[in-house]
Amino acid sequence: MPLYFTKDHEWISVEGDSATVGITDYAQAQLGDVVFVEVPPAGTAVDKGKEAAVVESVKAASDVYAPVSGTVTEGNGALEADPALVNTSPEGEGWFFKLTLSDTSELDGLMDAEGYKAFVEGL
Amino acid sequence: MSEEIQIIPDSLLPLDAWHREHGARMVSFAGYEMPIQYEGIIAEHLWTRQHAGLFDVSHMGQLKLSGEGLDVALEALLPADVKGLGEGRMRYSLLLAENGGILDDLMLARLPGGTIYMVVNGATKWDDIGHLHEYLPEEITLNHMDEQALVALQGPEAVTALARLVPGVEALTFMTAGLFDWSGTPLWISRSGYTGEDGFEISVPGDEVERLAVALCEQPEVKPIGLGARDSLRLEAGLPLYGHDLDPETTPIEADLGFALSKRRREEGGFPGAERILRERTEGALFKRVGLLVEGRQPVREGAVVIGGGRVTSGGFSPSLERPIAMAFVPAAAIPGSTLQIEQRGKIFTATVSPMPFVPHCYHR
Repeated sequence: MPLYFTKDHEWISVEGDSATVGITDYAQAQLGDVVFVEVPPAGTAVDKGKEAAVVESVKAASDVYAPVSGTVTEGNGALEADPALVNTSPEGEGWFFKLTLSDTSELDGLMDAEGYKAFVEGL
Repeated sequence: MSEEIQIIPDSLLPLDAWHREHGARMVSFAGYEMPIQYEGIIAEHLWTRQHAGLFDVSHMGQLKLSGEGLDVALEALLPADVKGLGEGRMRYSLLLAENGGILDDLMLARLPGGTIYMVVNGATKWDDIGHLHEYLPEEITLNHMDEQALVALQGPEAVTALARLVPGVEALTFMTAGLFDWSGTPLWISRSGYTGEDGFEISVPGDEVERLAVALCEQPEVKPIGLGARDSLRLEAGLPLYGHDLDPETTPIEADLGFALSKRRREEGGFPGAERILRERTEGALFKRVGLLVEGRQPVREGAVVIGGGRVTSGGFSPSLERPIAMAFVPAAAIPGSTLQIEQRGKIFTATVSPMPFVPHCYHR
């Protein structure tokens, strides 16, 4: 499954016109201990680059942006009870939401794993 | 000629390299690069509540005041009973403006020989020094001890760890202080802190602080703790943070710091803003600082609006209680147990007014 990354430190794993979105390991390390996550419920329309979820660490609240536009099919309910999954498994069990892409061409501007690695090293 | 924008770089503390060696993430705070966290705020917070945490607070201003008429001169600027402050005793006090607003909160201690040692906030120290220079008479000498570092060792096992290095500190009680010798290095040690736990604050020459930090962290009880946990610990302890919960628009009564007005000073007055402050003390202020237990898991933060009047001034997640807590200024009629609604980023939160501290103080009295 192709994996893409944004400059706002979200990842998106794509399969056909479906995808899973989360935040990167770099992002969770920067945030520190995650204590609250709010994910969008199924049916929410999200727009590329706009706020789609909220993640709060002990010290601050941050927005999570939708890497692409689409309709949410599932929010990760496990994060409500165990928000620390974002720290322990950011690119696995700590995923935020799944969606149906409305325009797969929006993926074109995103980075691949190698590009993201270089981007983070440049920060 | 074009105007150049000058970026003033942050100053480095004497322990800067030591923090980095210990894996600290450094942030800009009060004009210094400071450690926000090492292994993580929650782990550091809980370690301090259970064992002992070492905090570098060398950004704070350490001042020494001496001279003829010092006590009277200081009493004109703050509401503490300075005259009654005996050697080795400490007081929490407030630098007050003429309108009764709080310019800073600080600690006073009496050194041997009558000198006063004062610790003020890092972000306000330059303003404080200016204020003191302006209002203290010429006979008073103000020495900014910027060659001194300051560390805090906090937690139930702090006394065990420190007494191993500096025998005798165990005899100090809460809010007392003394001069100690640690293998040839003079240490001014007070039994005080900003976490609600038993612990010590240690003033040490800047060129000896790394040796002290190394020796303390060799003790099995001690780990270095960053500013992030310092903030969550003081919030649980109900202790206000200047620039957030206290500011020049806030009076000691609104801030629920009436205990900082010594009995004799309440009776005699004669401190800045005394008329207003003493009136608020008997008649009550319109607003007051309270604790809030916030429903749900999501924290409310500084700046969130209390519906019906008021604002959140500090808020976050309590690692000890595993729930969001906050401090807010609300109408004085809000008593413990009453519920309030708070608006943050378009969302409504419910909170219950709670007595503070949220986590009981464990001072060694």
